[in-house]
Amino acid sequence: MENFFDLVPLVVFVPLVGLLINLFTGKHLGERGVGIVAVGASGIAFLISLLLWLAQVDTGYKPVVVDLPLFSDWISIPAAGVEIPWQFRVDTLSVTMMMAVTFVGTVIHLYAVGYMHGDERFPRFFVYMNLFLVFMLILVTGNNFLMMFVGWEGVGLCSYLLIGFWFDKPGGVGWKNSDAARKAFIVNRVGDFGLVLGVLITFWTFGTLDFYKPDELPMAAHHAAEAAEEPVFAPEIPHEAEPHIEGPMGVFNQAEVWLEEGGHDVNFGMFSLSFESTITVITLLFLLGATGKSAQIPLFVWLPDAMAGPTPVSALIHAATMVTAGVYMMVRSNVFYHASDAASFVVALIGATTAIVAGFIAVGQWDIKRVLAYSTISQLGFMVAAVGVGAYAAAMFHLVTHAFFKALLFLGSGSVIHGMEHGHHHVAHGGHDHDDEFDPQDMRYMGGLRHKMPRTYWTYLFGTLALAGIIPFAGFWSKDEILLDALKAGVDDARLEGYLAFVLLVMAAAFTAFYMWRQMALVFYGKPRHAAAEHAEESSNLMVYPLIVLAFFSLVIGVINVPSGFPILGAIFGEHEFTSWLEHAVTYAHAASFNVLLASFAVVLALVAIYVARAIYNDRALETLGQQDPLELDERTEGLFAVAKAKLYWDDAYFKYLIFPYRRAAYWLAEQLDWRFWHDYVHKTVIQKNFHIATEFLTQPVDKGIIDRGFNSLGRLMQIIAQRIRVIQTGYVRTYAWTVLLGTLLVVFIILFPVIRGMLGL
Amino acid sequence: MFQVPSLSDLNVAAALPAVVLALGACVFLVVDLFVPRERKHITAWLTAGGLSVSLVLALLSLTDVVTFGDGEEAFFGMYIADQFTDMVNVIVLVTSLLGVMVAYNYLDRTNMQRGEYYYLLLFTTAGVMFMGAAGDLVVVFVALELLSIPLYILTGFRRPQEQSEESAMKYFLLGAFSSAFLVYGLALVYGATGTSNLREIWQAVDSMVAGDTSAQFLLLTGAGLSLVGLGFKVAAVPFHMWTPDVYQGAPTSVVAYMSVAAKVGGFAALLRVLVAGMPNFMLDNGTSAAWMDVTWLLAAATMIVGNFIAIVQSDLKRLLAYSSIAHAGYILIGVAAAGVPRVADEATQAVLIYLMAYAFTNVGAFSVIIAVERDDASNTGLSSMRGLARTQPLLAAAMAVFMLSLTGIPLTAGFVGKWFVFKAAIAADLIPVAVIGVLTSVLSAYYYLRIVWMMYFEDGDGEAATPRPLAWAIGISAIGTLVFGFLPYLLSDMAREITLAFGG
Repeated sequence: MENFFDLVPLVVFVPLVGLLINLFTGKHLGERGVGIVAVGASGIAFLISLLLWLAQVDTGYKPVVVDLPLFSDWISIPAAGVEIPWQFRVDTLSVTMMMAVTFVGTVIHLYAVGYMHGDERFPRFFVYMNLFLVFMLILVTGNNFLMMFVGWEGVGLCSYLLIGFWFDKPGGVGWKNSDAARKAFIVNRVGDFGLVLGVLITFWTFGTLDFYKPDELPMAAHHAAEAAEEPVFAPEIPHEAEPHIEGPMGVFNQAEVWLEEGGHDVNFGMFSLSFESTITVITLLFLLGATGKSAQIPLFVWLPDAMAGPTPVSALIHAATMVTAGVYMMVRSNVFYHASDAASFVVALIGATTAIVAGFIAVGQWDIKRVLAYSTISQLGFMVAAVGVGAYAAAMFHLVTHAFFKALLFLGSGSVIHGMEHGHHHVAHGGHDHDDEFDPQDMRYMGGLRHKMPRTYWTYLFGTLALAGIIPFAGFWSKDEILLDALKAGVDDARLEGYLAFVLLVMAAAFTAFYMWRQMALVFYGKPRHAAAEHAEESSNLMVYPLIVLAFFSLVIGVINVPSGFPILGAIFGEHEFTSWLEHAVTYAHAASFNVLLASFAVVLALVAIYVARAIYNDRALETLGQQDPLELDERTEGLFAVAKAKLYWDDAYFKYLIFPYRRAAYWLAEQLDWRFWHDYVHKTVIQKNFHIATEFLTQPVDKGIIDRGFNSLGRLMQIIAQRIRVIQTGYVRTYAWTVLLGTLLVVFIILFPVIRGMLGL
Repeated sequence: MFQVPSLSDLNVAAALPAVVLALGACVFLVVDLFVPRERKHITAWLTAGGLSVSLVLALLSLTDVVTFGDGEEAFFGMYIADQFTDMVNVIVLVTSLLGVMVAYNYLDRTNMQRGEYYYLLLFTTAGVMFMGAAGDLVVVFVALELLSIPLYILTGFRRPQEQSEESAMKYFLLGAFSSAFLVYGLALVYGATGTSNLREIWQAVDSMVAGDTSAQFLLLTGAGLSLVGLGFKVAAVPFHMWTPDVYQGAPTSVVAYMSVAAKVGGFAALLRVLVAGMPNFMLDNGTSAAWMDVTWLLAAATMIVGNFIAIVQSDLKRLLAYSSIAHAGYILIGVAAAGVPRVADEATQAVLIYLMAYAFTNVGAFSVIIAVERDDASNTGLSSMRGLARTQPLLAAAMAVFMLSLTGIPLTAGFVGKWFVFKAAIAADLIPVAVIGVLTSVLSAYYYLRIVWMMYFEDGDGEAATPRPLAWAIGISAIGTLVFGFLPYLLSDMAREITLAFGG
């Protein structure tokens, strides 16, 4: 199965072909054809990922680097020692990402065929979606930071295009959508700046951007290979440098060797830093990149607005895959993060704080998708915090499980919105008054949908329980592992950030359960609070079946990484299979053993939070629900709710302290500096006037007098000469023959000239 | 005992692209008899198919994907199948394919749709291919005739139109006249060396005693007369006078093809005879071949005369005729530079690169003329370009590309060709002639850019028609011109391994 690895370029090419087909023939294919092409491309990519997975299992999880034919010298400047090939990396980490992206992608593509039905730009939507897959897969399969960056920027572009997909909706909605798209793009730019800088410093430090060179193994993977028989939990970190790796090394192994040797300095021209500090700088810059793409403090503000895009986009890009790119990137760079305690501290705090802040804000939102958006931010915070406390495997595990249940929740919310719109349509056509206030995403208008949309309800319930971390749903396993790892980092390694992260994350978990049940109650329970909800209908099968598939996986996907020591399940599914699998690519992945106390605590906490939510949003409260939340009516929680509703004033603060001053400065500069000083004074008075004088001089006497006249005479001369020569072109063959003869004699004479001269003794 | 040589003795496979084409031409000649007059597109398609097969074979051979036959020599050293041959084949086959494309509608609307057009085209193409592969003086001459005779017929293809017939007559008479010089020259070379095989000539020249004046005399005269005969084919001054008359009179589709193909054949043979056969022919322990001086003098004269007279032309076909003379001069620089053994390979490659670039550009330019030409062969004056940009923006853009390329503006193929040729000239210390080349290029901008000016800035009807195959040809030519201009390494990579040296 070795040669299966050569298939990996197809993972990128198949969606590319799909998008090209839809791009050029989409208009003629019709919705059905476009859908088949797009879903097919995504599905084939998934099948290829599956084959790659099998091949990985078959070959003992050996990381493989595959060259792309024709492209292998992507950037090659031999004189400057710059060699950045276009190579794909197949290892357990990239295969994990590929499988998650393509599987969730396929399901969401399928769903989108139903969701986008009737949209006037149907083909274009799927072109963008496939383009997104192309870039996302480049991001996760690249073997160097630059390829990753290409994918990183590409998915950013797709995100922008898709958030603003409905840029032309009437009534100012279009403006809002395109504003959201721009916001996402610009905020991400701040993060990307950090990433680029990090990549450049990496290149400066290591002279290469390859993660690992072909045939090079991650250092710790040597150990894993030796102990292939028994899975290694917490593999021994190689404390001896391993100089037996010959030839050029990728960045990570170089870093290992240099760290081991110690005492290296990196020279930046004007100053130099110790190697350890350089790593810290790089990792912090990478973190800045991750805060942009993975929506962490302080750059998370774009993600809630990004919900302006069509719901499948929210599900695929802004929940399941693209936003996890930052987490993937940090896990990929685990060697760096492991080496830098300072950076790990910052990462853990950023992640945990984001988790709690976003969880808090989510409580105060009315828009069904906004709640989920903040929830996504919060869950990404969990993953980032996991990276910070060194639980790289747990971060990836949560990434995978989250992809399933968050995609499920988003698609479920899409189904709800669809149902509400359908109901509203029904009402509007039924002769009732058409109220413009109505918003199909506002939970205040919903209620009682449990009976109207039973299948959506049940799948949504599954997603909610998974997100809340109720055993045995997927979220329980991964969240529990993160909590455990955080606690262990505190207790075992005496790391402050471990304790801090643990406390914050536990609180965030409680908030998660609370706001999710609030949402369940507002959407599905009670009685319909609006005519639209009254007439809502279950969505089409094309939309519901993907929900069921995802619900199934949200229930069971957790078993891929049962912690050690867990009764029964551990014996059936094997213990921390996923961690052992990742260990072959992620050097510092390690597994945690099961802790009954902590797990029970987490579950009980979630259940309590649900109970509290159930108590607050009880049937009576739901029935009398007007424009205000029960929390708002109670004076004890009134203030807190207002803060959450206002998103902690985070966006407002940005406006007040960044954007307004920026604008004022820009106005001032434009008015005073650019217009008054630069334009009026420098341009008009200084430059223009003097320029006039100079040009006047150059045109009149110099150009017209000398140059023009010179060239005109030259031109006339040429014409005269040409006319002269032309005369011999008589048109008579005899003349031509004579010239040929004369020419021949001339040629012969010239060629013989040296000999004749020699003979004559000249 | 005499034994009939077998196919493998002859090593026919090595000559596969040319053999396929020649045999194909013979077969189509018979097939065409059964194709009714109104369905000649069948013959056209067959011809295009034959050319494509041959082109694919030549490309495979050029890129070393497949090696045909056993070794580089076939037919007992008469045919040389090396990279040079492959590249020449590719150039002429591309030209020929474009030639078929531009011809089809043109023949239809001018009522010349006769099958012989296509197989005559195939025969002359085969002639060019054999010229490029010649390993023997006899092959040079036979191939030259195979190239020329169908061209004489094609020139007069528009019978009974007087102009066309007249030009065919002129071409034929002068062609025969110059062929005689070539034969005479080849005979003298044979006399001096005692062999007609190029490899043996090379060896004989090598061992020629320095003071053997009579042999030198014969060889020099022979080389000079060969230069005359082949110089006539490529339209070098002073053997160029037929060119404008013939180009003006002949059907434009024929001109599009022959202006490139005849040059390719002529230069290929010239390189074979001079650069492969007698690069070591030096007088008095000189450092450059004896034929170099006269070659660069011809080059200089050709560039100057061609460019100067082109300025005053008012007919597009005549203008491009003088332009083609001028370009022969640029290519001759490359041939002259090959006279210095140190730069022989570089110069040879430069010539081929130039020809490749020229093929796309020049066929393209003539295709545009075909598009504007009326059925009665009128409207080929310069004024027909007026206002073309408004009525036919794409066509005008393509023409602009061709004109820029002929001028040698960077980012077009023409620049790449000139660059390599001038580079070779400088490497061979032919700095004066390189300077003349650059100056005359500047001069040529005058008349090339005037056409661009007329298309874009002057008012006129700008009538033109671009039916399907013609449009393809213009598109392919324009894309080729731009692609090679933007990615010059495509050309230089293609030519990188070409060498003409025997025993090298």
